[in-house]
This record gives sequence, structure tokens and C-alpha cells, in this order.
Amino acid sequence: MKKEILPAIKLTAVLVVLLMVVYPMIVWGMAQFAPNNGKGKVIENNGKKYYSNVGQIFNDDKYFWSRPSAVDYNAAGSGGSNKGASNEEYLATVQARIDSFLVHNPEVKKSEIPVDIVTASGSGLDPHISVQAANVQVKRIAKIRGIEESQIKQLILDNTEKPVLGLFGPERINVLKINLALDNFNKL
Amino acid sequence: MNTEILGIIAMFGITFLLAIPLGKYIAKVYGGEKTFLDPIFIPLEKLFYKISGINPSKEMTWKQHLVALLSINLLWFLMSMAILMNMSWLPLNPDGNPSQSADLAFNTTISFLVNCNLQHYSGETGISYLGQMWLMFLQFVTAGIGMAAAAVVFKAFREKTTTQLGNFYNYFVKSCTRILLPISLIVAAVLVFEGTPMTFNGKDTITNLQGDTVQVSTGPVAAFVPIKHVGTNGGGFFGANGAHPLENPTYLTNMVEMIAQFIIPMAMVFAFGFFIRKRKFGWMIFGVMTIGFWLLAAPNIVMEMNGNPAIANMGIDISQGATEGKEVRIGAAASGFWSIVTTVISTGSINSMHDSSMPLSGMNELIAMMVNAFYGGVGAGILNIFIFIILAVFISGLMVGRTPEFMGKKIEAREMKIAMIIALAHPFLILGGTAIAAAFPSVGSVAISNPGHHGFSQMLYEYTSSAANNGSGFEGLGDNTLFWNISTGIVLLLGRFLPIIGPVAIAGLLAEKKFIPESAGTLKTDTSTFGIMIFAVIAIIAALSFFPALALGPIAEYFSLK
Repeated sequence: MKKEILPAIKLTAVLVVLLMVVYPMIVWGMAQFAPNNGKGKVIENNGKKYYSNVGQIFNDDKYFWSRPSAVDYNAAGSGGSNKGASNEEYLATVQARIDSFLVHNPEVKKSEIPVDIVTASGSGLDPHISVQAANVQVKRIAKIRGIEESQIKQLILDNTEKPVLGLFGPERINVLKINLALDNFNKL
Repeated sequence: MNTEILGIIAMFGITFLLAIPLGKYIAKVYGGEKTFLDPIFIPLEKLFYKISGINPSKEMTWKQHLVALLSINLLWFLMSMAILMNMSWLPLNPDGNPSQSADLAFNTTISFLVNCNLQHYSGETGISYLGQMWLMFLQFVTAGIGMAAAAVVFKAFREKTTTQLGNFYNYFVKSCTRILLPISLIVAAVLVFEGTPMTFNGKDTITNLQGDTVQVSTGPVAAFVPIKHVGTNGGGFFGANGAHPLENPTYLTNMVEMIAQFIIPMAMVFAFGFFIRKRKFGWMIFGVMTIGFWLLAAPNIVMEMNGNPAIANMGIDISQGATEGKEVRIGAAASGFWSIVTTVISTGSINSMHDSSMPLSGMNELIAMMVNAFYGGVGAGILNIFIFIILAVFISGLMVGRTPEFMGKKIEAREMKIAMIIALAHPFLILGGTAIAAAFPSVGSVAISNPGHHGFSQMLYEYTSSAANNGSGFEGLGDNTLFWNISTGIVLLLGRFLPIIGPVAIAGLLAEKKFIPESAGTLKTDTSTFGIMIFAVIAIIAALSFFPALALGPIAEYFSLK
């Protein structure tokens, strides 16, 4: 073993240079050509900056709500609820979210509420909701903002992100983008 | 057809189609044949060997291989403890994160050293960028170690009778430079353009649209995430791992990261066939692994897409499936698929929270790690299936009354003893660990966060993940305590090095034996009959050892879910 230690130390040193210094520098170099120089995709709106991939809390009735989050959308401490499917306490929480949703959206039938809007995401920072989760919020937002339902439906259509190549993966709505669009449409 | 299902077919299909040529390439790399990357890497490797004073053409016996392997691992262990326990004042710590305590550093070090990446800290708050970069280094080299060990086994079956099994450093360095590094660079290129950050700035502070101030963690994520997958390591840069929207921002990155982690484990099987010049044997193993994989993956996809019956009873629309712990951009189907890929190949990265999977999906994730040989981790997968092959040869030999032979070598008592120890160590570590944790609730089961059967599953999962060097978790478990850090640390160590030492020793012992040419009396090992035999051995070992524990955890939970 003694005989092997010296080569091991020297080999580790050169590999540290290659894998801990050169490799990340190459990736960093590539990132300089990427959107926002590899500092994460951002949206600028009215002089303010938002990360388009990092979900934000939206619980105000004038906005499309984002999904529940186990970490309250703390982007410096991601995580899920880690509640098991059979956990009674967890199921009670989901029931409470459904009840609260119905109170805020009285025109919506219970059977129309999609499951994503009452369950927490894995990261606690999910930037998206399903298209149906947007549709069930149309009536509420139209009433508060005093605009036509059809205009909000059009915003949903415009903001629906399609599957990759139209073939792979689910459709979804970026909550931040559609809420920015709402605000730009009529500022409350 | 449903776009979520199409996505899965595409991910599996692309991986399979790329794995065959990659397997050929890997066989060439270990065989020292010409490859198209030679002009870059030959001068580079020459320089490395010159600086380190290593002669890469000096052949080693199996014992010398193991000594070299363990020595360099010991060195990394010491370096890692030193870095993780002093991060707070070392450079590259813009967020001012603290150093790790001794027991947490021990757990983290072992966990990354054994290619497991179980994490008892959270990336945003528990480690500096220097620490992350060091862990990234370990993700490269430990994957290289696993592949080098597999290459020794490859070599042992290519030669007729020999004690000389190639040079350890040669296999190890080539695995890092010629296989892991180029693939990681390709993956990184996709990630940076899809929005994964690559920056050395610390947390950013923004005001969100509703007017609250939020801090956003970033970092050199786009360098870390590729090797985390390519080397089947799985440790997340952020706490939420592959579910985090900066690690895995789009469905496209989800596909790329999936292919990245899946491709080398699959390619190694083909590489084995090409290297020992028995392609049919490679295909037979691939068949066994693929059937085993889909038997676990297909039900998970279906169960996650069907959703939670307890929530369905509340009267809402659950057509999106079991969305708790899942991301909308990824969806239930791709999450279910990933949950099995990551557990069969010992990556342990997650794109949904396994703790919130349906009960029987959780069981399949456990079984995937309990078997740990359907494809398996880079290098380690071949070593694990090799043990099952030896057992299958022996049992078939006894059944038909012939001397058990494999690749022209007699399997005798010594090899069988090693194979049995390795096969039994795995259940022993898992069940022993879980039993101790359950028996001492004040230090063990106090950590569980869900009541009843699911709480038991949380503990079982933690030890299964440790022994299989997987690294995923039922993350509700509050496992950053002295008891959990040390106990899983020990299980991790044994779960890594026993399955490397055992197969390398068996291969070395067999290689020294006299070669017996094939005759009419030889048991054919490249047929589907033998494939079924391997499958039966796996099923019997897994079923007999783990069924009681599974019945107490996920199966009981399934029947209690109304």
C-alpha cells in the first residue's frame, strides 16, 4: 500500500486540475454564450428582474395561483412535503386546500379542480401549473379584474407551453409569465 | 398517443440506440485500440502518467489492483474530511455556509466516495461552492473506480489463463478522461442553454411580483449536474435534487439527464460482450436486465399516472396522477419512469419525491435497489450481476449433474464462498440496519416523519439506498443525527467495497485457472434458458430475503390506503 500512495497523491493532484478546474472552466466558458451568461434565465418587466424558471408564491385572488409549496417558495431552501400517500394529516391538508379553493372560486365544481393545484411540488419551487389549473381560475380573475373571460382564456392559450417538438412531455403554464401578462393587460 | 408516454418511449429508445455504439467504444478504450479521441487524450494521459510516475503498461494481479484501488480511496477520504470540515473559511463560499460537523462530514465523505451520494445536508445551506466542486471531483473519480473494477473483470474473461489483468491506473484514468468527461461536456452544453446556472456568484435577492423579497440560490450547477448523472452518482446541487427547476429546468433537460444517467450502465453490458468477444452473452445479460427493469418500471408509470385513491375520494380531478412531490413540467409518467431508472442503476437522483410515491411504487423502488443488478451503477452493475451469474452457473451445474463451468473455467468452493458472502451481505446490511433503527426508537425511528407503515418504509429505504449505494431517500426522514450519519456511513462503506472486492477476487481466481475448451458437456451460458436461470436466482434471493420487510412497509400501506 505504501508503494501506491505516492503515485496516488500525484495522480489525484493532476486530476483535480483537470476535473475541478479545467472542466468547470470549459462549462463556464460555454455558459457565457447562453441566455443571461449562465446566471439563470430571467425576465425583465418594468425594470424588475425575475427568474423565469424559479416558481414564486401567488396566493392573491387577482393572480393565477401557483401550486402549494412545502417550503413557501423559499428559493434558498428547496424541498417537498415528503408526505406519504396514506398520511392522514397530509390528506386533511389536501382537503383543506380543496375547501379553500372552492371558497375563493365559488363557480367551480369540485370535480373540475385538478390535483396539481392542491398538492405541493417536489422542489417547492414549481414554476408551472397545468392548463386545467389555469382554466378553473378564469372566472375569479375575470370578476376581480373586471375583464372578459374570453380575454383571459386567450391569455391562457397564448401562454400554454407545448411539449418538446410537440411530441414529448406535458403541456403547462408558467405562472409568472401569465401573471405578468395579466398585469400588463390591466394593472390593478 | 399521450405525449407523456411518448416521452418515455423516446428516452428509453434513444438510450438503447446510443448504448450499442458507446459499448463498442468503451470496449475499444479498455482494449487499448484506436479511437477517434486519441489525438487529444494520448498526449494528455502521457503527461499525467509522467507527472505521477506511473507506468500504465505495467500489468497487475487482482490483488495489486485492489491495493491500488483502496489506497487511492483512502487518500480521497482524508482529503474530503479536511475540506468538508473547513469549508466555512476556505475560498469559494459566497453564501457564508458553515463547515460540516465531524459525523456529517464522515457521512458525506463516505457517501460520495462510494458513488452513492446519500445526502444528510441540503445543498443550499450545508455546503460551500468549494465543497460542491470537491464533491463533483469525487463524482468523476468514483465512477472511474467502478468502471476500472469492471474492466478488470472484463480482462479476466478475455484471456485464457493469466494472472496479469492490465493496469489499474490505465483503466481508471481512461474511464475519467475518455468516457465520463466527454459525455459530461455534451450534457453541460445542453443544460446551460436551457437555463441551468453556471456562476460563482452567491445568492441573488429579488422582489417577487406580489412584493415579497426572496433569495435565490444559484452556483456552478451546470458543471455539477452532468457528472452527477453520467457517473450514476445522483447527489443534488440543491436540496430538491433533479426536481429543482434550476437543476432540471425543462422537459428537454429531463430527457437529456435521463439518457445521461442511463447510457453508461447499459453500454457497459454491451462493452462486456464486445470485449470478451461473446456478443451473444452480452445480449443475454441485456435481455435479463431489460425484462427485470420493465417489470418494475411499467407498474410505476401506471400507478403514478393513476394517482392517489385517497385524494380521488375527495371528489376532485386526479387525471394528472399522483402530483404530490412532482413537478408539472415533468409530469407523473416521466416521474414514475425516472423513479425506477434511478433506483436500478444506483444514481439516486430524483425528479420527484419518492417519499410521496404511491405505496407499491415505493416498493418497486425498494426492490430495484435490493436487486441492484438490472443494469446497475457504472461498473458496479456488471460486478453485481456477475455474482448472480456465478450463483446461477453453480445451481444449474448441480441441477444437471455437471461440473459448474463459466467461460471455460471451473467454479469451485472458494469462488462460491465469496459469491455467497457478497450475495448475503446485501440483505444483511439492509435488514440488520433497519432492525437496529427500529429496535432503538430513541435514536433510530425517532427520525421518521410519517406514521405507521410508511414510517417503517422510510427507515427501510434509507438502509436499502445506503447498501445499494443509491443515494435517493424517503427524504422526510430526519437523518442528520449522529446515529443515522454513522450507521448509514458504515453500511455505505461495506455496500461499496465488498461488491468490488468480491467479484474482482472471483474473476482473478478464475483467470488463473486452466482453460477447459468447450465440449458437448459444457453448460451453455449465452442461451435464453440460462437467462431465465439467472432471473430465477435473482427473484429467489430478493423474494426470500426481503419479502417480510416489504410486507411490513409498502404492502401493508397499500392495503390500508382507502
